[in-house]
Amino acid sequence: MTQHRPSLPLVVAWLGLMGLLALTVATAYVPLGAVNAIIAIGIGIIKATLVAAIFMELRSRDALTLVFAGAGLFWLGILLWLGLMDFLTRA
Amino acid sequence: MTELNYLTANYTLRSWFFTTDHKRIAILYFASLTLFFFIGGAGATAMRIELATPQADLVSDDIYNRLFTMHGIIMVWFFLIPSIPNTLGNFIAPLMIGARDLAFPRLNLLSWYIFMLGGSVTLFAILAGGIDTGWTFYTPFSTLYSNSYVMVAAAGVFIAGFSSILTGLNFIVTIHRLRAPGLTWYRLPLFLWSLYATSVILVLATPVLAITLVLIAVERCFGVGFFDPRIGGDPLLFQHLFWFYSHPAVYIMILPGMGVINELISCFSRKQVFGYKFVAWASLAIAALGFLVWGHHMFVTGQSLVASLVFSFMSFVVAVPSAIKVFNWTATLHKGSLRFDAPMLYALAFIGLFTIGGLTGLFLACLAFDVHATDTYFVVAHFHYIMVGGMVTAYFGGLHYWWPKITGRLYSEYWARTAAVLIFFGFNLTFFPQFILGAEGMPRRYHVYPPEFQLWNVLSSGGATILAAAYLLPLFYLGYSVFFGARASANPWDAPGLEWQTSSPPPEHNFDIQPVVTRAPYQYSRNFEAEPQNA
Ligand code: HEM
Ligand SMILES: [Cu+2]
Repeated sequence: MTQHRPSLPLVVAWLGLMGLLALTVATAYVPLGAVNAIIAIGIGIIKATLVAAIFMELRSRDALTLVFAGAGLFWLGILLWLGLMDFLTRA
Repeated sequence: MTELNYLTANYTLRSWFFTTDHKRIAILYFASLTLFFFIGGAGATAMRIELATPQADLVSDDIYNRLFTMHGIIMVWFFLIPSIPNTLGNFIAPLMIGARDLAFPRLNLLSWYIFMLGGSVTLFAILAGGIDTGWTFYTPFSTLYSNSYVMVAAAGVFIAGFSSILTGLNFIVTIHRLRAPGLTWYRLPLFLWSLYATSVILVLATPVLAITLVLIAVERCFGVGFFDPRIGGDPLLFQHLFWFYSHPAVYIMILPGMGVINELISCFSRKQVFGYKFVAWASLAIAALGFLVWGHHMFVTGQSLVASLVFSFMSFVVAVPSAIKVFNWTATLHKGSLRFDAPMLYALAFIGLFTIGGLTGLFLACLAFDVHATDTYFVVAHFHYIMVGGMVTAYFGGLHYWWPKITGRLYSEYWARTAAVLIFFGFNLTFFPQFILGAEGMPRRYHVYPPEFQLWNVLSSGGATILAAAYLLPLFYLGYSVFFGARASANPWDAPGLEWQTSSPPPEHNFDIQPVVTRAPYQYSRNFEAEPQNA
């Protein structure tokens, strides 16, 4: 816990996030219709996974921690799913 | 007398404000929550006085809006949500599992400071001019139109949210890691199962509220379109996000109460809680299903019919575990050797009031009826039956049950029973007429109304007067008991829980010898050992 230099995986992950961010912004300007959203969400998922695995150090955690992190994700999924269901089925 | 306990160990102010002892932090919360309860209560009283007549003779419309907003914000965020977890939970939970403290004692103290900071910011907003959005901060009012201190109040609630998250985290880790040897999950008192379920909601739902409040701020201050359709937002998004937190939050406000009721019912009927495992898992089921029903607050907003149908169905499903609990409490009472001490009176009141609140929730979950009842007094009556009739009653019950443990003193049983009966009576007189008012179509949040509604409103205001007096009573006899009450024995109710195996009040480190658990919970002797010693 007393590291002063950022470890290599952190730097690489950060660079990866920045790259993905640039990609998100770039693709947002390419008119692809519905595919735009899919790409943006896909990139978002990759970014979230990077943050969870590397910055939150979930790669190397015990089962209980993973259960709780997973639960959070699951609940976020519910929010998005039910919220979107309203949006997609509006008359 | 000679033994030092957590209260007498040190008398300096410093020893209170920098304490990491969960028992003292519980007392700090208790003092602050009592203050908030009476501030919120003053708002309620003012509203009920105004509503005694059809005209606006006490306050203007503008002031009335500020009154109900102040009442709602204080009661929900600064009383109901922290009430049982942060006072009784903080005090009793570590004792119940045989631990010396919570897992993170300093974090616990920090939670209190964060809570007080949030409370002060909100109080400042109220004193500086008030907020008129209602406790729900609905957009577009909160983002476009309201010129009051919305941002300050929202900041206060935002800050208090962090206190909730930290407290939830603390309880989860404590219950996982600090149980005494032999205290398996199925030997855990049901109060702890419900605290655990509550903590899961606190940790998973509160961040959504925090984000929602930030979005309001960003839209209000920088014009970024989240909710305003003219700048690309979706007006329903706010309600989705808000209720995704706030429906589970109503379970934050009731689950701990249910937990307390388990302890009381089993103690005063001298029986193990009927269907222990069902009751335990029902808490977790409620916590999980509670996340699936928020849309029942949005039936009339123009959300899609498909969404409404799904949310309506899920609302019926979430009532099932609640019903399981009610049936199991009833079955616990059946053939028990009942004794009607004050905590038991509160517990019985809880069962009745919560049942009415829950059943009328099912009315509201029916799409057709809800269209008629939305934004009427019917809804007001429904949630007050749950939150005041349920949670506040359970809070008082638990307070009376554990009072001898907390203070080491016995209170006047006579006055305690009188208060319990008065609260039950005053409560019903206050809120039952509101079901009728709502069914007849009186809208909520109005301060003038057609004269034909006056009769029920007068009854309600009369009931509120009795209720207010009844809520003030414990202030006197409990306050009196602290100084003049008879000393309590370690176990005045002759109960088997670990918290009763240490002296009253407990020593600073809770237990002199680490307790070891060998039995299932609630192994009551069939009858009380002796008549408990009462003042
Ligand atoms: C037994 C299960 C329950 C069901 C099926 C249920 C159902 C409902 C429904 C459908 C509404 C929306 C009414 C409307 O706005 O038109 C509602 C409102 C409300 N319920 Fe419940 N409820 C239940 C339990 C609870 C509990 C346990 C609490 C609190 C501890 C609670 C607190 C509230 C509050 C605060 C509102 C009003 C929100 C507002 O409009 O400001 N409910 N309930
Ligand atoms: Cu709800």
